[in-house]
Amino acid sequence: MTVSPTSPTISEEAPANHAVEIRDLHKSFGKLEVLRGIDFAVDPGQVVCVIGPSGSGKSTLLRCVNLLEEPTSGKVVVHGVELTDRDVDIDAARRSVGMVFQQFNLFPHMTVLQNVMISQRRVLGRRKAEAERIARENLEKVGIGEKCDAFPAQLSGGQQQRVAIARALAMSPALMLFDEPTSALDPELVGDVLTVMRKLAEEGMTMLVVTHEMAFARDVADRVVFMDGGVIVEDGTPEQVIGAPQHERTKTFLRRVLDPTHADI
Amino acid sequence: MTDQPKTTEPALAGGTPGKSGLSPRKRQRISRAVQYVVLVAVAVFLAMRIEWGKLGENFTKLDVAEKTLPDLFTVALKNTIIYSVGGFVFAFLLGLVLALMRLSSVRPYRWIAVAYIEIFRGLPALLIFLLILFLPLAITGLEIPGGTYGQGILGLTIVGSAYMAETLRAGLQAVPKGQMEAARSLGMSYTRAMVSIVIPQAVRIVIPPTTNQFVSLLKDSSLVLFLGVSGDYVELTKFGNDTASTYANATPILVVGVTYLLVTIPLGYLASRLERRQARGR
Repeated sequence: MTVSPTSPTISEEAPANHAVEIRDLHKSFGKLEVLRGIDFAVDPGQVVCVIGPSGSGKSTLLRCVNLLEEPTSGKVVVHGVELTDRDVDIDAARRSVGMVFQQFNLFPHMTVLQNVMISQRRVLGRRKAEAERIARENLEKVGIGEKCDAFPAQLSGGQQQRVAIARALAMSPALMLFDEPTSALDPELVGDVLTVMRKLAEEGMTMLVVTHEMAFARDVADRVVFMDGGVIVEDGTPEQVIGAPQHERTKTFLRRVLDPTHADI
Repeated sequence: MTDQPKTTEPALAGGTPGKSGLSPRKRQRISRAVQYVVLVAVAVFLAMRIEWGKLGENFTKLDVAEKTLPDLFTVALKNTIIYSVGGFVFAFLLGLVLALMRLSSVRPYRWIAVAYIEIFRGLPALLIFLLILFLPLAITGLEIPGGTYGQGILGLTIVGSAYMAETLRAGLQAVPKGQMEAARSLGMSYTRAMVSIVIPQAVRIVIPPTTNQFVSLLKDSSLVLFLGVSGDYVELTKFGNDTASTYANATPILVVGVTYLLVTIPLGYLASRLERRQARGR
């Protein structure tokens, strides 16, 4: 993959080429303004990691991309479809956007296989045999092939998260959103999930990842976005943002995160 | 009571004996002994005062008990189960609709659900049955389908649905928000996510409390008595009452009571077992 990092500013022309395009996005919860004017775009095939202190609005930004949060104002365009337009069929638009949550959110009353099949069957209307084949393929891909008949509660956190990734992939999305996918995992289980995500990135999947895993951001991301206080503070290649941060806030954050004596922050 | 342990004394540090010279543990032992003495005294008093012969004559006459068979099971218990299972099924469905309305973002739906729940939870079950009895008189042309069964089931549906709605609402709210979000992020509509993901989990959560509600509906089915049922439609209580009148003997009441317990006690155990299993599973 030879995606050159785009500059932080969005070119006005040819907006249809972006996988995700966000313009002047604001989001408030009551009086609390969580996002205060976000302009940002992701190109097809790009892996973008969003980093920043907790409460900086990075998860809210991600949740605005598939409209799990309704933006207060601004524009969210995914694959040329403006999601913030009230006439858009949001259910249809979400089919091409996979999402992986911090808490996995597998359906506990269904087996692993059923988890990966349900939306293929109910949303895409795939036939049972086809849905099952695709489910098994994706479970195989994330290394859970032998656990098809287990229930989520019988799996470790790392396995559950990989099932969640398979569940999203089974819908053949063109974009994957990851909301702190490894934050709820025991440290020794983080690696398996990151390996799967790395593989996905290598296959050319467009990915927007909110994470605290600096090593992952440095190695895998094409671009790193640092957010603080509801705005994007820095946006550039990993070498730029993590390697040679320009802003004081970025430096402070990275110092805290990368300093081994504060490893738990 | 002079032999009550003295607890008014200020507690002394280190468990040293108080002014009475008794340690707290010793005092507790004496108090326990006094309680046993009182219990035995009450039992002896009752045993001497009650005319056991007369009691037995009235409540445990075997020949009268025999006469309740086989109708006790083939008619009365069968009807009790028809009324309560029918009432339960409809109460559950109506309760689910009300719970969804109660949680709806459409304001008039919420109002209707709240009004229904508040009204029918606040009324005595008997009043609702009387209402059903008198309603066809007030509204000409109104006929409740299903005859006596229909009336009884309707009454129990109204009684049960208001409670069921609140239980199911709690169950729906107990399903983590992430479940709906995950379903929506996979492209499911709100309705599809509710039907496939949220409601099945909510129903699982409310199985133990609804088992208890079924027991309570089963007992309330005795109110069918006031609908003036007869013949093939009588349930346990009415059957017991009628048979007792026929033989001028209270034995059928006892027999019917035992029959209720044959159903309600196992169900109670089932509910608490399900509850424990669920507590473990979380």
